[in-house]
Amino acid sequence: MGDSITCIPDAETVELFNDRRAISELIDQILSLAFDAGLKDAAIFAVRLAIEEAITNAFVHGHSQLGNDVPVTVEYKVSKGDIQIAIEDQGPGFTPEALPDPTLVENLSKPFGRGVMLMKAYMTEVLFNARGNRVKMRYLAS
Amino acid sequence: MSDSRLKVSKINEITQVEFIDRNILDEANIQAISDEITAIIEQESCPQLLVNFANVDHLSSAALGALITINNKTNEKDGTLRLANIDPQIYEVFVITRLNKLFKIHETLNEAVDEFNAAAN
Repeated sequence: MGDSITCIPDAETVELFNDRRAISELIDQILSLAFDAGLKDAAIFAVRLAIEEAITNAFVHGHSQLGNDVPVTVEYKVSKGDIQIAIEDQGPGFTPEALPDPTLVENLSKPFGRGVMLMKAYMTEVLFNARGNRVKMRYLAS
Repeated sequence: MSDSRLKVSKINEITQVEFIDRNILDEANIQAISDEITAIIEQESCPQLLVNFANVDHLSSAALGALITINNKTNEKDGTLRLANIDPQIYEVFVITRLNKLFKIHETLNEAVDEFNAAAN
């Protein structure tokens, strides 16, 4: 699934609903695979943070005009030192390039707008499809 | 009514808030935490608020947003918010987002309390 930029060949695919327990279970499952594949501590922290932000963005922003019972699709592929995750929502998408820089002084006191920035800071690669409703993140252990 | 996600105590005139959850990720919980701390701020004329991050392993950008809102509300009442005991990995999140420039952050609880006391004298 996904375009050529955000495609993850041979990925596991899960339909995820906006339920805290389901979200936590899926993330724990992915991170357990990541741990077994050799990722430790700091890397696990980074991947957890990025996945949480991406899933939150999908439901809170991507599905803001949709019902709470509309799922997102999560794809993941874990191999030694390489974690790939894609999250696709069913919303209209957005323009990631138009996001303001939350680290600017004038934006520091704003309580929102840091999710994508954190995803990019902690993952090796973050790519959006053209529509902006699908993000692929990759963590490559150094 | 949902159970509180906070443990609130007093150190002299300072209100200390500690988190019950190790992971502050869930939007609903974060909103509840923000509402509870806001209620504390509103009850005090000049809130001296210390948020103790001991035992917190993970937090999301939504949690950062809630802290910013709390900081803004504390400032509006000429109060002071200090954060302490932040795990190094979480502190890095504050650095990456430059929120270490916005918040008063202390390595230890004692350091934060000393700063509150110094400001009061």
